[in-house]
Amino acid sequence: MDYFSIMVVDDEVDFLETLVKRLQKRNIDTVGVTSGEEALKILGEKRIDVVILDVKMPGGIDGIETLREIKRHQPLTEVILLTGHGSVETSIDGMKMGAFDYLLKPIKLEELMIKLSEAFEKKDLQEQKIRKARIKELVRFPGRVFQQEKE
Amino acid sequence: MKEQVYRNLQRKIIALTLVVSLAPLLILGMTLYYQFEATCREKTKEQIRYRAQAQAEAVDLFLKERTAILNAMADTHTFDHMIDEKNLARIFDVMNAHAGAFVDLGIIDSIGTHRAYVGPYDLRGRNYFDQPWFNEVIVKGHYKSDVYMGFRRQPHFIIAVRRHENQQAWILRATIDPNRFEEIIRSAQIGRTGDAYLVNRDGIFQTRPRFEGDVLEKTSLDTTQFGGRVTVIEKADPTGEERLYAGSWLNDNKWLLVINQQPLELMSRLFALRQTEIFIITLGVLAIMATTVFTTRLAISRLIKADQEMIELNAQLMQSDKLAALGKMAAGVAHEINNPLAVILQKTGWLEDLLAEEEFKESENIAEFRKSIAKIEEHVERARKVVHNMLGYARKMEPRLEDVDVNDTIHQTITILENHARINNIDIQVDLAETIPIIAGDQAQLQQVFLNLISNAIDAIGSNGAIEVDSRRRDDVIVVNIRDDGPGLSEEKMRKIFDPFYTTKESGKGTGLGLWVSHSIVSKMGGSIQVKNNHDKGAVFTVEIPIVIPEKK
Repeated sequence: MDYFSIMVVDDEVDFLETLVKRLQKRNIDTVGVTSGEEALKILGEKRIDVVILDVKMPGGIDGIETLREIKRHQPLTEVILLTGHGSVETSIDGMKMGAFDYLLKPIKLEELMIKLSEAFEKKDLQEQKIRKARIKELVRFPGRVFQQEKE
Repeated sequence: MKEQVYRNLQRKIIALTLVVSLAPLLILGMTLYYQFEATCREKTKEQIRYRAQAQAEAVDLFLKERTAILNAMADTHTFDHMIDEKNLARIFDVMNAHAGAFVDLGIIDSIGTHRAYVGPYDLRGRNYFDQPWFNEVIVKGHYKSDVYMGFRRQPHFIIAVRRHENQQAWILRATIDPNRFEEIIRSAQIGRTGDAYLVNRDGIFQTRPRFEGDVLEKTSLDTTQFGGRVTVIEKADPTGEERLYAGSWLNDNKWLLVINQQPLELMSRLFALRQTEIFIITLGVLAIMATTVFTTRLAISRLIKADQEMIELNAQLMQSDKLAALGKMAAGVAHEINNPLAVILQKTGWLEDLLAEEEFKESENIAEFRKSIAKIEEHVERARKVVHNMLGYARKMEPRLEDVDVNDTIHQTITILENHARINNIDIQVDLAETIPIIAGDQAQLQQVFLNLISNAIDAIGSNGAIEVDSRRRDDVIVVNIRDDGPGLSEEKMRKIFDPFYTTKESGKGTGLGLWVSHSIVSKMGGSIQVKNNHDKGAVFTVEIPIVIPEKK
């Protein structure tokens, strides 16, 4: 598995800290935040491949709102939703809005790892396609390399 | 208890309807009958009155005729002429030829001596001066006697008229043949019970009555009851039968003609009417009773059915309400439990991670730590399972729509459970209707429902028994019955069986969520699950699934 970076968003601090620690212990670049606002802020500063997002967070913007913002600014970032709640509708709504999948708490790390790698693969694949498309374009219109670099 | 209520209601309705409908019928019938009877009786009285009057007039006429002839003979012949018995005999012949009924004829002079006589008895020379009638005829000019035996020991009566000739009075006297007289009267003895006779003022029979007594005996009738022209009275005769008596005075009010008859004989039309009326009323009563009982039974049975449906509907509504509320609660509880569980799991995971590091590996109690952590994880897993089961149905809020063959699903389910059943010596019999269409639904969910129901049936039986699974189509619904021959369910169990966490299995073996989840799944499909006890043994679960035809792809 290539290097990838992860962000965990959950208002439950104990959960968040432990999960971050465990992921880091597995040499995964992980940051943990406790609110949607913080998540969006970090996302603007740092490259994040996959976001693990708790659907239900009190105060501020909730999980779904955060998801919408993430997808608007960085559509390629994959989001895995976490829910402890019975109402799965929210998670389904989330998936319709572009979330990769959802998991019910409590989760075993192994499960999470599998989902993470799937999400990363998907993202990777997507990025590869984009790269290939660019290369094709560059082969056809070499002049555009300057335009690309400007962006 | 309930049946008693229905039976009471039924009895009340029937009683009330019968009273209300029969009472007017009976009252009407009785009124009509008594009105008609009164009319009939009146008519009968009228009839008998008329007969008495007519008969009395006939008798009176007979007497007047006889008197007139005597008068005519006395007026047209002289005493000297009459006293010659040859002349008298000729006159007697003339009289009998024109009027008849004369037995004899005699001339009595002013001192009461019978001077001349024509007839079968030898009465010549007898003196009547001391007889009361002699005086009466001298004073009044005419006389009609009552019937009496007289010298001849035969009931008879006489008519006498007086004549004045040269300051001398003489009397022409004739005896009337009682037989001829009686014939006239007897002609009024009509029918089986009709009687007609004459009595005098003292109630002595002047003619022989048909039933009571003989001539010159006394009647039981009180003659003073009769007055005026014709009087009709009702009275019991000596044998106790009711009779109508009509009496008409005649012969200067000396004699009373009595006609009597049992009125019932004359009222045969009344009896015919009574028969007809009784027949019609009986038919009416029977018809009303039958109709009332029939319609009331019908109404009551409809009522019972409606009540039953209402009760069932209420029970179902309550069940759904309860389950919906519990579902919401379960979702809330799940959240509150899942979050701490998530933390616990991560923490133990973290401990595990740490234990894997070098410095702990040699630790004395490393095995114990590992064991404890494994146990914690195991129990978190157990708690997680409970909560997940609770939410099991909710996780698939939007069931996948795929083509589901219900029969096939049942077969698959039974295949899964077959082994388990065989070990417990339980025979699963399957009777699936082939007409069941493919429907749109979620096969996995449906399979879960059947799995729960059939495995519950196996658990209910324990060992040695049979389970019957059948499916059929009823209109737009697929009906699947799962019948076991286990112990059946108490009312208490029946009520709680679909509640979450309600289980009869020993703790740890069942979560009590299987039927709850099944109920929720089927409810979401728009169907229902119901449970009933079999008539003989065990319980039957009935699953009804609405038929939703899959869209053509």
